[in-house]
Amino acid sequence: MNNNSRPLLLELKKVGKTFSEDIVALRDMELKIHSGDFISLLGPSGCGKSTALRIIAGLTEPTVGEVDWKVNHGSGAIGVVFQEATLLPWTTVEKNVWLPFRLQNKSFKEKKDEIERSLELVGLKDFTKSYPRELSGGMKMRVAIARALVTDPEVILMDEPFAALDEITRFKLNNDLLALRETLGCTIIFVTHSVFESVFLSDRIAVMATRPGRVIQELDVDEPYPRGESFRTSSSYGVICRKTSDALKLAMEN
Amino acid sequence: MASTDIKVDSPSTNKVVDKNELLKKRKERNIRIGKWVMPIIVFMITIYLWYWIVQVNSIPHYILPGPFLVVTTLIQDFQILLSALQITIQITLMALAVAVIGGVGLAILFTQSKFFEISFFPYAVILQVTPIISIAPLIFIYVDNRTVGLLLCAWIVAFFPILSNTTLGLNSVDHNLKDLFKIYGANRWQKLLHLQIPSALPYFLGGLRIAGGLALIGAVVAEYVAGTGGIGSGLAYTILEAGYRLNIPRMFAALLLIAGTGVFIFAILSFLSHLLLHKWHESALQKEN
Repeated sequence: MNNNSRPLLLELKKVGKTFSEDIVALRDMELKIHSGDFISLLGPSGCGKSTALRIIAGLTEPTVGEVDWKVNHGSGAIGVVFQEATLLPWTTVEKNVWLPFRLQNKSFKEKKDEIERSLELVGLKDFTKSYPRELSGGMKMRVAIARALVTDPEVILMDEPFAALDEITRFKLNNDLLALRETLGCTIIFVTHSVFESVFLSDRIAVMATRPGRVIQELDVDEPYPRGESFRTSSSYGVICRKTSDALKLAMEN
Repeated sequence: MASTDIKVDSPSTNKVVDKNELLKKRKERNIRIGKWVMPIIVFMITIYLWYWIVQVNSIPHYILPGPFLVVTTLIQDFQILLSALQITIQITLMALAVAVIGGVGLAILFTQSKFFEISFFPYAVILQVTPIISIAPLIFIYVDNRTVGLLLCAWIVAFFPILSNTTLGLNSVDHNLKDLFKIYGANRWQKLLHLQIPSALPYFLGGLRIAGGLALIGAVVAEYVAGTGGIGSGLAYTILEAGYRLNIPRMFAALLLIAGTGVFIFAILSFLSHLLLHKWHESALQKEN
């Protein structure tokens, strides 16, 4: 897919972040996100990929540089999924998905259709009245994804969302996430330290290096969607994984 | 590639009994029944021993009354004891209510302003660690109204566990959830209402259970200090007065009522805690295997 044919959504311009005087988490990070992109930020731990995500989310101000949004990015324009499902344990699945609307002072009744649709998309429409503790790790993560989707956001930020899950569940969620994206056409920024996951999911991979954290290489994954299980075992998958691995190795040596 | 046959064994349908599981189940059942039966047996043995000691040594009732005399006194003096019990319960519940309002209110103020917290928390601690029995005489010098004095004493004892537990709870919010609220543009009020207060609820309820018992202790201790002046007094007054008259059976009867009240308050608050938490909080969940 040609990125340039899609409108620019946001751009990181020379973004830098310094923690407590001399720890440089990010320096001169440049990144363009187009509408409909599935971009992975791939790098070793400590390369600032989560910091970059937090800056995009507006949770942290960059020390230098700026995040240039081309669209309105108020409440509900950004959906997030963390490594843990991060649900409210005291309330049901549907009320958890309601949360983004609730914080916009919109009643549950008013948004019931959106909530139901979102839960249906992640395959949980039979669990709307369940409490989080009754769900497995994978199902909790699905609730978190439904909550991120429910406001129909401009971009969904995912910070190693499947890293804590077992491999079988992770593969299933990978497939389902791609299917979701096929249906909704949403933009996703995905932080991961797994080469295989980033190649399987994304159409672009930004490989990041440590000390200071920055993007050292952007790789396009020119493989058509939908990608199924057969892509995981195809030779082109292997080739791209190899290429990405090499880039990551370079990033580590740097 | 050579084709490989994958054989799937169908599981046998014979019922297999595991000895260890059976033993474990039996033990669990015994504990479940024993939880009720054992205390009752201990109770009956104690009562019998008490009765026996009094009988064999022919101890006069103004030194140690037998258990049946205590129960008889309880029934005979019920009118006097009941009105005293009402007053003690009234003071206790009012103090607990004010402790909840004060403790929770202060805890919320603490979390809204760190400066407020670091300024006032030490004084809350000082108030807590100073024994109430040593503050109470002063309180009764400055406070004319007896009820207000009692209330103040009971409140001082009861409010600290609520304050410290609720503060801890309000500050124990999952940091990812905090981030989530920030991303969705939650204001301070929404964060408090939808995130901090529900997070603090289990902590608060833990503090409340402690405070319930302490409020009763505070009410009783304060009444001892307040002395026997005045009319319409509670159970502590009844004990003091009965002591002066060497009416030991009535002392025991009043003591029984105070202990019963304490247990009752604890049971009610435990039930409230179960009611609010059983659907979601770890502490209230049945252990599953």
